[in-house]
Amino acid sequence: MARVGVFICHCGTNISGAVDVARVVEAAQKMPMVVIASDNKYTCSEPGQASIRQAIVSNKLNRVVIAACSPRMHEPTFRKAVSAAGLNPYLLEIANIREQCSWVHSHDREKATAKAIELVKMAVAKVIRHEPLYPREVPVTKRALVIGGGITGIQAALDIANAGHEVVLLEQEPSIGGRMAQLDKTFPTLDCSACILTPKMVDVANHPKIRLLTYAEIKEVRGFVGNFKVEITQKARKVDYSKCTGCGTCWQKCPEKTPSEFDLGLGKRPSIYIPFAQAVPTKPVIDTDSCRYIKYRQWLAAGEQGKKPPECRICEKICPTGSIAWDQEPQTITEEFGAIVVATGFQVYDHRHYEEYGGGAYPDVISGMQLERLMNASGPTGGEIVRPSDGTHPKTVAFVCCVGSRDQAKGRTYCSKVCCMYTAKHAIMLKEHDPDVQCYIFYIDVRTGGKDYEEFYLRTLDDAGAIYIKGRPSKIYRDGKKMIVLGEDALMGRPIELAADLVVLATGMEPRTGADKLAQKLNISYNTYHFLVEAHPKLRPVETQTDGIFVAGACVGPRDIPESVAQGSAAAAKVAGLFSSDTLVTDPITSVVNRERCTGCLLCVAICPYKAIDCETTRDTRVVAVVNESLCKGCGLCVGACRPKAIDLRGFTSQQILEEVNSLWS
Amino acid sequence: MISAQNTIRPRPHTTYRSFVEAHIRQSIAQCYQCGKCTAGCPVAYTMELTPRRVIRALQLGLENELENSSTMWICLSCLTCSARCPREINIAGVMEALRLATIGKKPTPDQKKFRLFHDLFIMSFQFSGRAYELGLGMAYNVMSGQFLNMASIIPGMLRRGKLAFLPHKSRGSETQHIFQRLEGQNKAMNQAEAGTK
Amino acid sequence: MIETARYAYYPGCCSKASAKEYTATTRLVCKALGIELEESPDWICCGASSAHSIDRILGIALPAHELLYAGRMKLDLVASCALCFSRLKIAAAELKDDDVRKRVGEVLGQEIPGNPDYRVMHILQVLEKHLDRIHLEKPLKGLSVACYYGCLLGRPKEVAFDDAENPQVMDRVVAALGGEPVEWGFKAECCGGSHVFTRPDIVSKLSHRLLYQAKQAGADCLAVVCPVCHSNLDAMQKSIGKEYKEEVDLPAFYITQLVGLAAGLPPRKLMFEKLFVDPMRLLRAKGLA
Ligand SMILES: Cc1cc2nc3c(=O)[nH]c(=O)nc-3n(C[C@H](O)[C@H](O)[C@H](O)COP(=O)(O)OP(=O)(O)OC[C@H]3O[C@@H](n4cnc5c(N)ncnc54)[C@H](O)[C@@H]3O)c2cc1C
Ligand code: SF4
Ligand code: SF4
Ligand code: SF4
Ligand code: SF4
Repeated sequence: MARVGVFICHCGTNISGAVDVARVVEAAQKMPMVVIASDNKYTCSEPGQASIRQAIVSNKLNRVVIAACSPRMHEPTFRKAVSAAGLNPYLLEIANIREQCSWVHSHDREKATAKAIELVKMAVAKVIRHEPLYPREVPVTKRALVIGGGITGIQAALDIANAGHEVVLLEQEPSIGGRMAQLDKTFPTLDCSACILTPKMVDVANHPKIRLLTYAEIKEVRGFVGNFKVEITQKARKVDYSKCTGCGTCWQKCPEKTPSEFDLGLGKRPSIYIPFAQAVPTKPVIDTDSCRYIKYRQWLAAGEQGKKPPECRICEKICPTGSIAWDQEPQTITEEFGAIVVATGFQVYDHRHYEEYGGGAYPDVISGMQLERLMNASGPTGGEIVRPSDGTHPKTVAFVCCVGSRDQAKGRTYCSKVCCMYTAKHAIMLKEHDPDVQCYIFYIDVRTGGKDYEEFYLRTLDDAGAIYIKGRPSKIYRDGKKMIVLGEDALMGRPIELAADLVVLATGMEPRTGADKLAQKLNISYNTYHFLVEAHPKLRPVETQTDGIFVAGACVGPRDIPESVAQGSAAAAKVAGLFSSDTLVTDPITSVVNRERCTGCLLCVAICPYKAIDCETTRDTRVVAVVNESLCKGCGLCVGACRPKAIDLRGFTSQQILEEVNSLWS
Repeated sequence: MISAQNTIRPRPHTTYRSFVEAHIRQSIAQCYQCGKCTAGCPVAYTMELTPRRVIRALQLGLENELENSSTMWICLSCLTCSARCPREINIAGVMEALRLATIGKKPTPDQKKFRLFHDLFIMSFQFSGRAYELGLGMAYNVMSGQFLNMASIIPGMLRRGKLAFLPHKSRGSETQHIFQRLEGQNKAMNQAEAGTK
Repeated sequence: MIETARYAYYPGCCSKASAKEYTATTRLVCKALGIELEESPDWICCGASSAHSIDRILGIALPAHELLYAGRMKLDLVASCALCFSRLKIAAAELKDDDVRKRVGEVLGQEIPGNPDYRVMHILQVLEKHLDRIHLEKPLKGLSVACYYGCLLGRPKEVAFDDAENPQVMDRVVAALGGEPVEWGFKAECCGGSHVFTRPDIVSKLSHRLLYQAKQAGADCLAVVCPVCHSNLDAMQKSIGKEYKEEVDLPAFYITQLVGLAAGLPPRKLMFEKLFVDPMRLLRAKGLA
């Protein structure tokens, strides 16, 4: 026999302001199986909870209904209270008479009261059918995977490792460092990017708890929080890292030169290479697209057609440790992790989409990132800022803001956030390099929200004497040796024609190509631009809808270094929190399959958004669905999809819901 | 022009603006005043009210300034502005709407020559069906008083047989009927509109 | 034997006077390529830049008259003038609106069938489509051509058939003729259009910029696809040169003249003598005449 207690909350005047609580109590007392009904000013307060505990004991209650605010607010609180009195916490039902009643019907006391009574009635009908439920415990693998070795991933990896946990840091490029490694100085303090980044890269390499996997990619991810199984593809480097000492003989002697990705085509690199001098690891890979010997082998394999390429193999001949491994193939590594941090960062918007700015055809129209390489002492020009077309020093430099940002016509509506600031930085740096330079900055709005950012921007006016021109340019073309920028000085309201030696486009940030594919593998969401989506933009900024998977840095949205680092640390803190216990408690509100009824149509497998349903073969060789309770979120989609009604959701069984609905007519 | 007239008193919701927005089927509130339209407009250099400022004037309801400018007539309908607007506003369509809005109103002295040209151009084919360049040129020169215009190329045109001495006629007199029916339709629509008011 | 292709053809008003050579060479070249052009006997002016500035419905009704003809013939409609093409194509798009279609139908005195799909092409598209039919007698070797599309072919993007900023069709045609299309940034910048009457100063300034830029890009000549652009760039070239105190001397061909030349049609029939800027010296220098 069910013995139900009903507790109705005033919530100060939040509920009682619109609902006649006394009448609800009166009505509840008459409901079937209700032993006691009472009210309370603040049920969630300690006295409120105590009165519930007491009532359970003294009235031998075995079911509880609390009519109060949304279960999202206080269900955990009340479950604790109920279980403190010795009841199974799932023998509780909450009737939401605040968000779903008093707040929305504050103008009509009569109807609000009637609705509150019905909501309580439904909860009573449902709770009578409740069964005790028991959470399960699963073990946690205390090892983290960090995907992406930019500043965000580096920070996350170091923080997790320093908390005492093992970390694998996975990077797809031959070196960690990310985009920050390409920068010269960094706003707003103008410290040298390499000087603050490379020590951290070295820390990563030397940390006993961190394993570095560069030149590697995610192949497949299975499992759930605490228990992920990840397949990783180690791309073929054609160099045996167990032998290579990173002496550098090979990359100094390789005769093939190809445009350097790291220098954005402004310089060249050999076929066997490390991307930059401070790379970590300092061991090379062979680029199979340009290597002469690889081409030679392809020529041999294709039946010696066409011109014979040189056989080369110089690297192999001169390598003192015999590390060149031509037959190395990609390898698959399988690893287990308890948590995953995604920090895959960004890439710079490709300004070739701006045909009106020359579509990438003018050598003296470059991106901000290319300017970083030109300013950098270890860049392709040794830090000399020269025009790519003729190597002369530019005296008049025009900057164009918001290229590939805030432009619906180009399919990019968002503000990239860092470009106003890095453009200010560029103007200051150019003036420092050459006092004769005059900078003009075309902008729509100058956005400098951030600590010390506005002051930094003012330096471009005070110290660098840059001239800001409000107006987005419409065209850039060449006239003799000059690049002409057609703009408007919107403050004067007149068109402006500027003849510049060099034009720098402040191109925006976009997610790294393939971010969507990776997100699909991880079963996390992404937006139209493929930025990853956080669980809550304000309150859960580094979590995702998938437990145990965290996101941080520029892969979530445009972010500068301070924010990226903060997010890397935040994600690390979340991981450390997860790893603070040996087991995880899983919510028992999951779906269950009735194996007798299941026809094996597996519609549920296709429909489950959390990939929580799998199939297996029974002893009598039928295929049936099975729910992985650790993955199931209890959304109930599968219940709706199952035609033979073989799936039910614990805590929300079809019968419970039916009773709830029926109660409205009785 | 330093006077109280300089002070803007916004009137963001005018029928004038509604007319323009209906014509382009867009809201000009979308414009975030980036200036790219003015920047690329090949004739902005000779406009008193440049394209971005036209949109601004509409946003603020500065109807008189718009009506008295010649911007919409200087506009070449080249669509550069519309093609490059990051908010995808059809600015050229706005210019077209502003031209249509002046029809039936007295032109300012500067607007006169543009209106004259278009009127003459239309007259040049209204009866014959096909535009007649030489007639148009001569009529425009006489009526606008800009006699020397293009004079330098007329002999060359004649020598190359590029100017016909008589208008070329389309078979039938379809254009005349088109103009008649259009006039009837416009009249009927105006009456209907007056009726609803 | 190649199959003949048939199109409805709209010559436009300039065909009868200032752009005689464009129409004539369009017909000539099409004939040589086995393309049949059906001209409506009672075509009327498309309204050019005037009609739509005076009355919205007029600006659609005039070109719609021609669309209906092509519709009746069940043929794609081809225009050689970029301005006519633009008006025709915009009208075809506007007719998708029920209210517009009703009003235009009334004005034209005939009902316009619902859900119409009027296909309008520019002669460039036709040429590119049938490029393989050209037998190259005289490849335009060594001839650097600045292809000038004008502002209307790539805009608005709803009716355009090529990129608004850096269109490529004509460049491909010129390359197929053996010529060398030059890279330049002003393929689609406005020439000043019909302001030649009202504001000739504008035409001078804009056309001068085009000529100057084409020259700077290393072009020997221009290829043009619109009679209005052509008269600004060719007929006005000398006076523009005077105004800006520099001699330009950049022959401006209609694209059809270049196709005819490469296809080996007799130069006499290509009407080079109609051009203000004499191209013969250039053609001789390149061994093309
Ligand atoms: C021109 C320019 C100048 C800037 N200047 C400044 C400045 O002065 N100050 C400042 O604070 N900020 C500046 N920024 C912003 C700064 O670059 C970023 O905030 C920062 O680099 C973001 O770091 P991240 O680690 O999130 O991303 P990234 O640096 O992009 O690192 C991501 C890493 O993940 C790797 N990766 C991506 N996908 C995968 C995958 N699927 N598998 C494995 N690995 C993957 C990438 O190879 C990369 O190494 C500038 C940006 C630009 C464009
Ligand atoms: S084989 Fe030659 S080209 Fe290839 S990586 Fe070695 S040295 Fe360079
Ligand atoms: S940060 Fe500045 S330059 Fe970058 S998109 Fe935003 S407003 Fe434009
Ligand atoms: S280009 Fe578009 S958004 Fe920018 S000012 Fe002009 S109309 Fe406004
Ligand atoms: S359409 Fe008119 S306003 Fe727009 S760019 Fe061309 S001339 Fe200027």
